[in-house]
Amino acid sequence: MIEAESLGKEFRDKKRGVIRAVENLTFYCTPGQVYGLLGANGAGKTTALRLLATILTPTSGTARVAGFDIRKEPEKARQNLGFLSTATALYGRLTALEVVEYFGCLHGLDRASARRRTLTLFERLDINAFRDRRCEALSTGIKQRVSIARTLVHDPPVMIFDEPTSGLDVISARTIVNFIRECRESGKTVVFSTHVMSEAEKLCDRIGIIHDGRLLAEGTLQELRTSYGRADLEEIFMRVVGA
Amino acid sequence: MNLRNIAVVYRKELTDALRDRRTVISMIVVPIFLMPVLTIFVGVLSARLIGRALQQVPSIMVIGGENSPQILAALHAVQDIQIVPVSSDYSRQIVDKKIRAAVELPSDFDAMIARGETAKVRIDTYQGEINSGFTADKLERFFRDFRERTIRERLDSRHLPTNLVEPFQVEETNVAPPEKVSGVVLGGLVPYFVIILSLTGTMYPAMDLTVGEKERGTIETILCSPISRTSLVLGKFLMVLTASLSTAALAIASMGLTLAAAGKMVGGVSQIRTMGFQFHVTLAAVIWVFIMVVPLAVLFSAALLAISLFAKSFKEAQSYLSPLTIVVFAPAIVAILPGVELNAALSLVPILNTSLVCKEIVSGTYHWGFIALIFASSCIYAAVALWVAIRLFQREDVLFRI
Repeated sequence: MIEAESLGKEFRDKKRGVIRAVENLTFYCTPGQVYGLLGANGAGKTTALRLLATILTPTSGTARVAGFDIRKEPEKARQNLGFLSTATALYGRLTALEVVEYFGCLHGLDRASARRRTLTLFERLDINAFRDRRCEALSTGIKQRVSIARTLVHDPPVMIFDEPTSGLDVISARTIVNFIRECRESGKTVVFSTHVMSEAEKLCDRIGIIHDGRLLAEGTLQELRTSYGRADLEEIFMRVVGA
Repeated sequence: MNLRNIAVVYRKELTDALRDRRTVISMIVVPIFLMPVLTIFVGVLSARLIGRALQQVPSIMVIGGENSPQILAALHAVQDIQIVPVSSDYSRQIVDKKIRAAVELPSDFDAMIARGETAKVRIDTYQGEINSGFTADKLERFFRDFRERTIRERLDSRHLPTNLVEPFQVEETNVAPPEKVSGVVLGGLVPYFVIILSLTGTMYPAMDLTVGEKERGTIETILCSPISRTSLVLGKFLMVLTASLSTAALAIASMGLTLAAAGKMVGGVSQIRTMGFQFHVTLAAVIWVFIMVVPLAVLFSAALLAISLFAKSFKEAQSYLSPLTIVVFAPAIVAILPGVELNAALSLVPILNTSLVCKEIVSGTYHWGFIALIFASSCIYAAVALWVAIRLFQREDVLFRI
């Protein structure tokens, strides 16, 4: 479960002054549901998800991840989530097995359990053949699958994806999309950000349209179509952001 | 802070670092090979060059003295110099190193000596040129002996005792033990190399573990794991400290072995031995130097970690750290300078205090009060630097400064 309550984040910039990257963001996502944050580049999606992942601290409001307040218990919140984005790279000089095992250990598993869990995930993701190869020598597609194993090693109830398919080819992007679907089917709470309308249409149970750090519209795809009198999500998006 | 997580991060960072060629070079290869290369190829080579210069038979010219066959004969009789025919461009020939020196005599030098007058002798040399210097020494020695012989003859002819012109004699004897003699020479060099290497050994890992993570995009990956930032920075810090201490330990070990070997080699060069250069450092001194370097290594590790974290890119980190090396080099060099002695005020100056106390330790002097004061003050500086590094890891404007 993710509950964001009036979440806000301000940055101070010497040239531009105070920048409100996220403003009064409130939304909920329940287990077995995929919530899509839809927005243009610079809309505040990444900041919002970094706040939920406790990589950044909110300047106002708060959120609960799997019942843990991100301000009061950030480490417990992180213990219960998996975070994947194109910015979450792997350690190039470590092997695929070592990277996933390392994150297993950081999530409290002992080495033997982390190894067992990693091997199970590698089997499931069909990357066992690459387990002893250094990450720097892996192809982008295999790297993505290793990253997926990394986010799943502690079997978190909450998954956060920040533009996970950005810059990937069709095959690698499809692996990610299928993985998000699997997460939903296994009852995980999933929040993901994208600016690709087709992805949002295919995957999301609820969609939030974010612009200039503010959530301007929210609902199921059907609810949005009804509210804005448009069938196409791109048309709805353009109307919401007023472009 | 969680000790288990610190150990997990440390183990991972160590594995990662040992697979990185640049870290291995700065941490292992440089400290092992730098000292042997410097000492054997530069030190012993220069010692042999000096030896060769001393053994060389230099060419000189004698200007004047046309009517003084006695002094000319005496000069020709000097075995380790060769007198070449006079040429008007003798100054030029000295500068061109064709001859090493020239002696200018009055033409009636012999007659002046016979009359009991004072004759003026001039030795022309190339100041700063080693062969010319040694030749001048030989000529001065010859004329000094000649002058003393002349004085004795004049005193004898007047039936006066020799001690009339020698009321007392001065004799210089070394009473310092060998390690103290070597300490004068090596005392400054040992801490200099150890301190510099413990800094350079820290540089690359500190950048790789901080700004390297930013550049490679792994910082976000690690920050979304449940490890606390304090545990994360401490795990990284321990890895950088390991690099620093292993560099220092390898440098000390390499230096000890090199000096032992150099001592044997230099033993064969009598000129170096007579100049007072001896290579004698005790094991206790080596251990104490290492102990004193530990808080300094902590200071370097924490400071470099903090500075590197602040940078946006590897290049920016390098531009921050390069001036820092000068900041460290300066006090390390000051400690080598003759006359700079340890005192209470200098005991509080970071880096310089460790350099000076190590210099004393190597020369066999243990001022326990200063040692305690320096160790304590260095620990305080190290703790402050570590605290700053931990604080910086909590600041998202530093972590995400892109």
